[in-house]
Amino acid sequence: MIRWLIPMLAALAFIQPVSAQDRMPPAPYAYTQLDDPALEEQARELMHTLRCLKCQSQSIADSDAPMAGDMRHQVRTRIAAGESPDQVREWLISRYGDYVSYEPQVSATTWPLFVLPIVLLVLAGTVLMRRIGRRKGDDAVDDAA
Amino acid sequence: MIAEIGLAALWLGAALAVLQLLGGFLGAREQGSELTPLVRPAAMLQALLCAVSFGALVYAFAVTDLSVELVATHSHSMKPLAFKLSGAWANHEGSMLLWITVMALAGGLIALIEHRLPSRMMMATLGAQAFVAVGFYLFILLSSNPFKRLSPVPADGNGLNPLLQDMGVSFHPPTLYIGYVGLSVAFSFAVGALLTRNVTPEFARVMRPWVLGSWIFLTIGIAAGSYWAYYELGWGGWWFWDPVENASLMPWLAATALLHSASVLAARDALRTWTIMLGVIAFSMSMLGTFLVRSGILTSVHAFAVDPERGSFILILLALYIGGALVLFALRASTIAEGERFALFSREGALVVNNVALSSILGIVLLGTLYPLLTEAFDVRVSVGPPYFNPVSAIFFLPMLAILAVGPLLRWRTDSFRRIRLPVIIIAVVTIAVLALVLALTEIGILPLLGLAMSVGIAIASFMPLRGRNILRTPLPIWGMCVAHFGVAVALFGVAADTAFQQERLVAASPGDVIEIGPWEARMTSVSPVAGPNWTAMQGDLLVSYEGGPVRDAHPQARSFWAPQGETSEVALLTRWNGQLYVALGNMADDGRWQLRLWWKPFVTYIWYGGLLIAFGGMLALLGRVIGDVRRRSAELREDRRRADEAELAAS
Amino acid sequence: MKRLRYTLWIVVGFAAALFGLFAYQLSQPKDDFVESAMVGQPMPAFDLPPAVESRPGLSRADLADGEPKLLNVFASWCIPCAAEAPQLDALERAGANIVAVAIRDRTEDVDRFLAAYGNPFTRIGKDDISEVQLAIGSSGVPETFVIDGNGVITYQHIGDIRADDVPMLLEELRKAGS
Repeated sequence: MIRWLIPMLAALAFIQPVSAQDRMPPAPYAYTQLDDPALEEQARELMHTLRCLKCQSQSIADSDAPMAGDMRHQVRTRIAAGESPDQVREWLISRYGDYVSYEPQVSATTWPLFVLPIVLLVLAGTVLMRRIGRRKGDDAVDDAA
Repeated sequence: MIAEIGLAALWLGAALAVLQLLGGFLGAREQGSELTPLVRPAAMLQALLCAVSFGALVYAFAVTDLSVELVATHSHSMKPLAFKLSGAWANHEGSMLLWITVMALAGGLIALIEHRLPSRMMMATLGAQAFVAVGFYLFILLSSNPFKRLSPVPADGNGLNPLLQDMGVSFHPPTLYIGYVGLSVAFSFAVGALLTRNVTPEFARVMRPWVLGSWIFLTIGIAAGSYWAYYELGWGGWWFWDPVENASLMPWLAATALLHSASVLAARDALRTWTIMLGVIAFSMSMLGTFLVRSGILTSVHAFAVDPERGSFILILLALYIGGALVLFALRASTIAEGERFALFSREGALVVNNVALSSILGIVLLGTLYPLLTEAFDVRVSVGPPYFNPVSAIFFLPMLAILAVGPLLRWRTDSFRRIRLPVIIIAVVTIAVLALVLALTEIGILPLLGLAMSVGIAIASFMPLRGRNILRTPLPIWGMCVAHFGVAVALFGVAADTAFQQERLVAASPGDVIEIGPWEARMTSVSPVAGPNWTAMQGDLLVSYEGGPVRDAHPQARSFWAPQGETSEVALLTRWNGQLYVALGNMADDGRWQLRLWWKPFVTYIWYGGLLIAFGGMLALLGRVIGDVRRRSAELREDRRRADEAELAAS
Repeated sequence: MKRLRYTLWIVVGFAAALFGLFAYQLSQPKDDFVESAMVGQPMPAFDLPPAVESRPGLSRADLADGEPKLLNVFASWCIPCAAEAPQLDALERAGANIVAVAIRDRTEDVDRFLAAYGNPFTRIGKDDISEVQLAIGSSGVPETFVIDGNGVITYQHIGDIRADDVPMLLEELRKAGS
């Protein structure tokens, strides 16, 4: 990752400082999977889309930070208790705002993210359509020749 | 003393760059300039001076000259020599010096060997190159002097960030830098062509090796960076769509598009304006990436070179070069005559689709990366991550892959479907068969499913352009294309297989425990402390076997470094032809058991094999082009001599 | 061709806007505070055991007893938490009722911390898995919340409390009580 950047930045981003760390064992479900593989799979997918608030650009599924562990515990316990991944995401968003979720929802603040691909598709289509139009012209020339 | 020599060489280089700038732009005018004969020597001498300067810095790091502030803050006498050397560029000042050195070497090389283009255009190109270089010289000399002395001299240095003490990462930044800087050459050529209104196939042929070369380095750099993240971070991820990764991906996307459009311009004299535009954009993305990473504008928590002064300096350079080039382009674009026309159903048509798709993906990555920055200006914080980038880029990526399979079979200018019907049917049938098979046997997501099926289709399609050719007489660039496209298929296969089939086990284990994961069985035998040159670690000892086969050792470590302090996870990787077992050791739990994280990642290595194949294909193409150029040049030379002989005969 | 010219000037305009955004962001002080979305919301239900023997634990009910309070989220292993101790003392002397949640902390460590830096807290809950921290949208230590008499969060202060934050927090506390 980048940095001559990439590596450097990444390094800075992912390093675990030794100081200021607690001595508590991780929460029960921070490093332990759920017994039900289907639920664990739901939890795993969800965790990959939640931001570790103490880290730089990492999901809670990629981090050793204690808070990421506690968030994984929350996710797994809630999933195990029968909540759907979307409910868990909503619960976290209601605490931390959209920032905590890597999956932007269409909203007043995020619509450009979803409009741009459509604009690009239309643009791409237009460019290609104009080429097709041109081909017909060329064919006519070929026919004449 | 050595440091002063390095600094003096840098100042001299800067002065020569000013000379080259003036001489180049004056020489590009109709009437020329007396400075013209000095331009090429100035470029070559600069290359020498920068090499001396960079050599001086590497020397200071090699002998750990702690009176140089940069050495004291980034090195340590106890570090292994290889990491002392790589410490020279693993920091802001050193990497900027590397940047300007690579740039000067490239400029010197153009000045030395490139004689195909009209003189005025060469002058404009070298002038543009110097224009970019002067900004970076000023940046280094005024705000990032790597040779600054420190007084009093400290007893020892601060050391290098432990995560960077790794061979992979030592050579990863220079690789990417060479790629970034190579694109500055394409940029200079594009500006030169614009200034002298000389957008010709010859220009594309001269620019192409530089684009190809930097694209090879970018490809390797990105693949290496991804592998580094994979094994160093300890969680099995290889691409996170984080801003810094995106910063390296964007120039690659632009360079890939430029590579293909330059081929069209070189072979068919079409896509003139577009190729120039991409030349400007590709370098813009390099600069933008440098800016984003260096200014700290996106990476707030970790203060690496987060210096508003430096950020402002790079922003000014960015605005000057990119803004300037875009304005020049907007003013001049209408004077570039439209190139040759072609039908949509032709090689050019397929390459246009490729370019449109790559540019669209570039647009999406750019928006997704910068969008959080935009909303922050309005005090709203959002995150954009894999759940956005993966599906949205796939919208453009999948059609592009389909065209990638068919495009190389098409003829230039115009073609008919009838001619390529058979290969297309074969590819389609294979793809659909794989799709049906995977669908019947497994339950996987739609994107991995399409990825698996298309990877097999593309793998077959990639060698179809060789059909009906004499294998021995097929030009190297064709081979290069086939290999690179095959590499795309291999990488895609790895991505899809890992996404769809990876298995994860998180356990707390004590010695004697047996852990099963997928086809693997792992027995933990012990956990013991080990010591390295500047770290200590807890090392887990595991015996693992694949489907009851021979037993192999795995030794994951949790390392603690002391200069500077930090912890890293050294994972154990057991590679088979069909994937990797990934073992990471975590902390000790209260009850004395150890956390182990294991992943079975089927075919994950194909991602990087594919990346290397893509780069290798690029190398074949580059080699082919260079050999072709040398041959052509010696043939011209022979022709000249023959004509001279004839003239002599006629005269006698 | 004319259309191309316009398109290109749009590209130039786009680049200019981008540079403007960068320049603006460079000039902005960079903070990475993640603000809680729970300000204005009632405290969620929770019940934490005591972190030390000398003080009772903390539950939702303790925060809805009619008296506005400061809720300090801290940990003995957090350096800025020690730095803000004098300010918490000042707040306590000014009459603030301060309750606390100790994050991922051992009883003996909290005792040592309180002995060294003073104990301005009336209640200290022990949160070993950051459950309350997550429930109120706090993303680090230390953070200080103002809770009104009905148990509604009215204000969040992120980071250590500096001397000049003290009057502001007292004012927020007064507002919560009125």
